[in-house]
Amino acid sequence: MPPEKGIALTGSHFMLGDQACAEGAIYAGCRFFAGYPITPATEIAERMAERLPGIGGQYIQMEDEIGSIAAVLGASVAGVRAMTATSGPGFSLMQENLGLGFMMEVPCVVVNVQRGGPSTGLPTSVGQQDMMQARFGSHGDYAAIAYAPSSPQEAFELTVQAFNTAERLRTPVLVMMDEVVGHMRERVVIPEEGKRTVVSRRLPSVPPSEYLPYRVDEGLVPEMALAGGGYAVRMTGLTHDESGRAVTDTETQSVLLPRLLRKVSEHREAYELYELRRAKDAEVLVVAYGITGRSATGAVEAARARGMRVGLFRPKSVWPFPSEALLRAARSVRRIVVAEINMGQVALEVERVLAGRCPVVRVTSPGGEVLAPELILDACAPDRGEKESR
Amino acid sequence: MSFDPERPMGTPETEHAPFRRHPLDSVLRSEVLPHIWCPGCGIGVALGAFLQGLDRAKIPVEKRVIVGGIGCSSRVVYYAKADAYHTTHGRAIPFATGIKLANPSLHVTVFAGDGDLFAIGGNHFIHAARRNMDLLVVCINNFNYGMTGGQAGPTTPHDARTTTTPFGNFEIPFNLPQLAAAVGAVYVARWTTLDVRRLRDCFAEAAAKQGFRFVEVLAPCPVSFGKNNDIGSGLDEMDYYRGLEQIWGSPAGLPERVEVRTDGDLSGTDISLHRPIIVGKFVDRARPTFLDNYRSAASQAKGSAP
Repeated sequence: MPPEKGIALTGSHFMLGDQACAEGAIYAGCRFFAGYPITPATEIAERMAERLPGIGGQYIQMEDEIGSIAAVLGASVAGVRAMTATSGPGFSLMQENLGLGFMMEVPCVVVNVQRGGPSTGLPTSVGQQDMMQARFGSHGDYAAIAYAPSSPQEAFELTVQAFNTAERLRTPVLVMMDEVVGHMRERVVIPEEGKRTVVSRRLPSVPPSEYLPYRVDEGLVPEMALAGGGYAVRMTGLTHDESGRAVTDTETQSVLLPRLLRKVSEHREAYELYELRRAKDAEVLVVAYGITGRSATGAVEAARARGMRVGLFRPKSVWPFPSEALLRAARSVRRIVVAEINMGQVALEVERVLAGRCPVVRVTSPGGEVLAPELILDACAPDRGEKESR
Repeated sequence: MSFDPERPMGTPETEHAPFRRHPLDSVLRSEVLPHIWCPGCGIGVALGAFLQGLDRAKIPVEKRVIVGGIGCSSRVVYYAKADAYHTTHGRAIPFATGIKLANPSLHVTVFAGDGDLFAIGGNHFIHAARRNMDLLVVCINNFNYGMTGGQAGPTTPHDARTTTTPFGNFEIPFNLPQLAAAVGAVYVARWTTLDVRRLRDCFAEAAAKQGFRFVEVLAPCPVSFGKNNDIGSGLDEMDYYRGLEQIWGSPAGLPERVEVRTDGDLSGTDISLHRPIIVGKFVDRARPTFLDNYRSAASQAKGSAP
């Protein structure tokens, strides 16, 4: 089910990050959006409400974010690429059904344009405080895949990528934007249709009599029969065997859960993306993502101008964390600086990956504004040692 | 006794009567039976009537989608031959909404219990009805949370005993037909599991209709609600239904217990331990569905680029 032609707004635009995200979804074939208004993600819903009716798509404003994600999962099992977008409070409400999507193996994309928290927090200001929630927010063991764009252009590109990953691995994929990227207006170039790969889920290759909804080959991703496809498919959030039957015993669980986790961990090539800048000879490596990746880029360039050997490691896919890539980049560095608009979340993962090989300095913020490059530069200075910057 | 698949249930082991298939085998996943429901439970009866109703409405098996939430009633998704989705507690209606909108050619039914649909999922119910989303919503109302062992819920009658209302329920329950009618359902009916044929005909009628259709099925839960309220076995509860129910919408001239009202007046339909239960079809009307209205709005959007 490749997307139809003549729908992408090919060309150069001056566009909000939120709008670019919506256009990325449409480019990737998304034809269903269910959402609920919330700052700073509302512009994604508004764009979809404007665009989808005219291109054979379906927009629906649900009664809450729980209903939004449930409707997205429903649309996806019926064969339509589907997305919702929210911010922290709504993301909290979606957690249970994100777990359902992981368990049932339903491809979909959930965007979180992060603002400052906790609770209602800073509705109109930036935060990156939901990064650990993105990884661990739903109950039970599961694997999250999350992208973090740094610009409107990247919001477009990574939303396309998020759909491709979701369709390929049959799992929910997160786009962890932030308020500044979402509300920033920049040049966005939408490529011609066909210039970006658009992946579709595998449909059953066998007739209904031979089909088992959760049978896998070495790729670990089952073929997906759609509602209305004549396969009498059965899906459940309960622990289930390959026929989709609920079997709540330890043997079935010990086949299902490890397979679901390996399906993600063994396909890094399908989703892992990161940027390395001036990292080859770096003594200090800055790790930053999303809007903070741009502050960090400024800090790295300023440091180089002063003759300091500072480089940047910017994960575009934050979960699963690109740990091997970081270890390679950090082989000869003397210090890692992790900058993020929270009190230290991805820093925990960096510390875990580095396992004491070098000091990790955190540049943190309670949220509300972008981290100034000077703060990151300060943490790169030779006399900074291992102290926290703020 | 050894199990012999060729021997019909209830026949002595020595008498090898020819195996007869159940008339609903073609629309059931008979390979997963027996079901999980307790002896005397009414859910199986409701499922049987539902499947017969879909057959009468000529809904092809490959067009049937059933979405359940969590609880005993939602387990019907395992037994009906259909595309079947067992989702999260309270969220069957929005999940079903997504399916219906993604593929409007499907006949989508939500099958869930009173707690699922009206406590945790109440918000979704009222909004789907308001939108006139094209769904058939079946609520098995057994007046308590059966799967967790018999706690009070939003339909537990006043004064009823449950494990969490040991001194009697001090809350006032929902009147589900009144609620459904008030928020815009185009078809509203209530029957008990005693009324198997009326229930079947009701499902056939509802399945053939467009828009948000609501059927409440009063069902015995003898191991929890029945036991706690001295109703007795499932059969005793059926007798209770037989003795107490009044029937709405029946032709005039029936015994005086039958009250015929055709003016849509839903008064007196509250369920109480001390008053007759009123069943029947309460609402049958037409109004544009969500998709009707969406399509007409979308036709204006064609060709307009942002």
